[in-house]
Amino acid sequence: MVAQADPAAGTGAQTPSIRTRGLTKVYRTGEVEVRALNGVDLTLYQSELVVLLGASGSGKSTLLNILGGLDRPTEGQVFFGEAELTAYSESALTRFRRDNVGFVFQFYNLIPSLTARENVALVTEIAPAPMAPAEALEMVGLGERLDHFPAQLSGGEQQRVAIARAIAKQPRILLCDEPTGALDSASGVIVLEAIQRVNQELGTTTALITHNAVIADMADRVVVFADGKIHETRVNEKKRRVSEMTW
Amino acid sequence: MNPLDRKLFRDLWRLRGQVIAIALIVASGVGVLIMSLSSLEALKETANAYYERYRFAQVFADVKRAPRSLERKIAELPGVQAVDTRILQFAVVDIAGFAEPVIAQLVSVPERGQPNLNQLVLRSGRWLTPGRVDEVIIGEPFAEAHGFKPGDRIEAVLKGNKRTLTIVGVALSPEFVYSIGPGALMPDDLRFGIFWMGREALAAAYDLEDSFNGVALSLLRGVEPKGVIERLDNLLEDYGGIGAYARKDQISNWFLMNELEQLRSMSTIMPTIFLAVAGFLTNMVLARLIAIERTEIGLLKAFGYSNLAVGWHYAKMVMAMTGLGILIGWGVGYGLGQWSTHIYADQFRFPFLLFRPGPTSFSIAAIVSMTAALIGAAGAVRSSVTLSPAESMRPPAPPVFHKGGLFQTALAVLLDQPSRMILRQIVRWPLRALMTASGIALSVAVLISSLQWLDSIDHMADTHFFQAQHQDIMVGLVEAEQESTRREFANLPGVLSVEAQRIVTVNFRSGTRLHRGSLNGIAPDARLQPIYDAGGKVVPVPPGGLVLSTKLAEKLAVRPGDKVLVEILEGRRPTLELPVASLFETFIGMPAYIEMAALNRLLKEPRRVEFLDLLVDENEQADLFAELKELPSIAAVMLRRAAVDEFYDTLAKTLMVYISFFIAFSCTLAFGVVYNTTRIALSERGRELATLRVLGFSRWEISYILLGEIGLIVFIGLPLGCFAGLGLAWLMTSAFESELYRIPMIIEPSTYGVAVTIAMLAAVVSGFIVRERLDKLDLISVLKTRE
Repeated sequence: MVAQADPAAGTGAQTPSIRTRGLTKVYRTGEVEVRALNGVDLTLYQSELVVLLGASGSGKSTLLNILGGLDRPTEGQVFFGEAELTAYSESALTRFRRDNVGFVFQFYNLIPSLTARENVALVTEIAPAPMAPAEALEMVGLGERLDHFPAQLSGGEQQRVAIARAIAKQPRILLCDEPTGALDSASGVIVLEAIQRVNQELGTTTALITHNAVIADMADRVVVFADGKIHETRVNEKKRRVSEMTW
Repeated sequence: MNPLDRKLFRDLWRLRGQVIAIALIVASGVGVLIMSLSSLEALKETANAYYERYRFAQVFADVKRAPRSLERKIAELPGVQAVDTRILQFAVVDIAGFAEPVIAQLVSVPERGQPNLNQLVLRSGRWLTPGRVDEVIIGEPFAEAHGFKPGDRIEAVLKGNKRTLTIVGVALSPEFVYSIGPGALMPDDLRFGIFWMGREALAAAYDLEDSFNGVALSLLRGVEPKGVIERLDNLLEDYGGIGAYARKDQISNWFLMNELEQLRSMSTIMPTIFLAVAGFLTNMVLARLIAIERTEIGLLKAFGYSNLAVGWHYAKMVMAMTGLGILIGWGVGYGLGQWSTHIYADQFRFPFLLFRPGPTSFSIAAIVSMTAALIGAAGAVRSSVTLSPAESMRPPAPPVFHKGGLFQTALAVLLDQPSRMILRQIVRWPLRALMTASGIALSVAVLISSLQWLDSIDHMADTHFFQAQHQDIMVGLVEAEQESTRREFANLPGVLSVEAQRIVTVNFRSGTRLHRGSLNGIAPDARLQPIYDAGGKVVPVPPGGLVLSTKLAEKLAVRPGDKVLVEILEGRRPTLELPVASLFETFIGMPAYIEMAALNRLLKEPRRVEFLDLLVDENEQADLFAELKELPSIAAVMLRRAAVDEFYDTLAKTLMVYISFFIAFSCTLAFGVVYNTTRIALSERGRELATLRVLGFSRWEISYILLGEIGLIVFIGLPLGCFAGLGLAWLMTSAFESELYRIPMIIEPSTYGVAVTIAMLAAVVSGFIVRERLDKLDLISVLKTRE
């Protein structure tokens, strides 16, 4: 089963999915104060695939954590539709993550004691309108490896299981933090293809952090971070297919 | 300080919860050992010093009446160092305001000063004045029980004459460390006391001028009592001697030695178990703790630290944790040892106490604990340092899981993913799960084996005092009397029923085996104190042969059908060969029975009785007591109710003190194990759990995964612990046998329940502490870093 197509999906229609206003995050460690985000205003639109670029410490991961409800800003607001996430309680944030957000991490974070199918089922069991785990794994090209444990899968395969796990709940937002960071280029391409496919077929708003500028070519929009601020935003007039990329 | 040592301190501080939990486990083992061994050592040393300083005799003998001129002959026996002859009698004492008759053991002492042997420790007041026949020095326990002090007066019936005695002193004696009335099991200081009176006064009162009826000897160094006893018996035979006996059979010393023997069993077996369990747990906990440090070990090696340096660093960490435990254990053990020694010393009435624990117990405890800890850590450190630095800095590859048969089946369909995680985790590392379960099982087992004492003692008291005995009062006569006495007692106010017994002192011999004890003649139709087998049945009295307690049969190595040589040490002193008719089980003492008529026949005496069991109407008890106080022929009055109270009271003061410490230590163990297991599991799986939180699992849901696993392991450990507890209890009760007691192995279902509840409580508390930490899991760091 595929999610009911959003009227705006794939059309680029500008319906905001999640937006931030004046987002500031200050970390204090002892006497040192680090301003990780400094008044960021950003809107992610439905079905959009945004690539976040920037040097280490530019604030992109902090932004992703706040968007995903893992962290709270020091100042500013985050809106998911009309709801203000920044006013949510801890348990409401957990609920928000459970129902609406899919995460993909650099280091997969699969549960070693569960098979590919079970790792996905872990999420579908608690989500309100999930797809079948097998279907999600099919989407990322792992229909044949359903019953393999993480230890029996390559890095790229493990990351694709992680993507399947993230999208199986049919999240409104998919957040990927360096999903190819630990992979060789061939595996990386397969993983990005899976993300692109999910974005196109399910219309999931997708934010993807990378250090690899080549990857930016697959995005609808590229946001470049520097010193906790948005340094540059550009719209890709012509998106490239992932299969055409190499690095 | 070099950076590694600084790291060490910070690591210890970071892990402080676990450091304390491990230290507590170690301290439990060390503390129990030191407490037990140091108090045993102190009591033995004190008893020996007391005996030596106050010249406790080595051989004792009772006679009917011997002339003082015999003294010189006794002194000339080879091997004898000093002789002390004296007069020993029992008297009924009437204490104003105390309804029950009180029995005094009268012991003569020279009017002019200390006797040669068995010297008194005068605690207050003064010595007797020559010529003042009504002065008395009384035993301190008795004085304290009634609040007597020098100057007070007591009424006593001495050979039918009522006398008013003036207390001039209060004293202790090595001869009455355990001051116990005839036939009693526990000291009863309210109803039995020692009265020392002048030799001339007692001689006059009992018509024993220029005579004696008791002898005490000390021996030259290195002389065995056996030969001296034989020669002394020959010498005393014509004067009605009832067999001399060595210090080891002297009643107070026998009880004291039995108590110390029990203490020795307890102070070796329990602490050994504790120390072994603590060692095992420290080993297990540290092995897992170090395994988590894998990345750091890789890093240190990458910096160029040698395997040895890395190993030493972790060895120091382990030594610090264990060392802290040893120090706590030393301190706690020393304090508790001193305290429990005081309690025992009070019980035994030592005039002084030597608490000087030697270094042995401290060293044993420290070495065992430290070795166990280091061995546990060494395995983990070795497996980490053998990895190449690059490899160990990478997180371990995801462990390989397999689908077991279980997961292919229909059961798998029923389980949600978190439950599968729990099960697979256990199935994947069955050894680790088993070790943890064993740790929990051991703490449950130790708890059970500590708690079972309460059940066993209850069972012992119930069997001995309620199932086997039905009389209210047992009266002992000064000497055996005509059977018609029984009718006289039946006519006393309130007496509903009277049954008679005849008890004679005998030597039982079988081959080279010898036991000096008593032979109990009872009527075949005895109801009040029949021969009662601890298994719960009354044993019929056979017409001829002996009925022996199994412990006595074991000591003599005889079975039913075998013959035992019985030397009766009273009357005409016949020696007879009697068959063993049957055996019966007892928990207390080593009794032997024979039909009373048969006993009288063997003694070639008409029917005589010495002890009378009375069943009494409670409403007339006061009248009965008043009459008993006037009777001159009574040497002992034992109230069953008082005996039960004394039994519990004495045990409460001694054994129970130990047991409650054991229980406290067991609880500490249980908590230490469960907390550490949970805490380590959290360290090992923090990343996995944080990932689940990111995926949208609530705190309760991830708590389920972590605590569910621990819970399941605890659940496996509990029944294992109950089995192991049964084994430990068996081991302990069978090692605990002494001539005085056999502790029955009784574990009430509620004891299992309590032990299991305590372990579960420890698990729940640990669970809550760890859950606190689960709430503070750093979700963001999971996204960034590996491990």
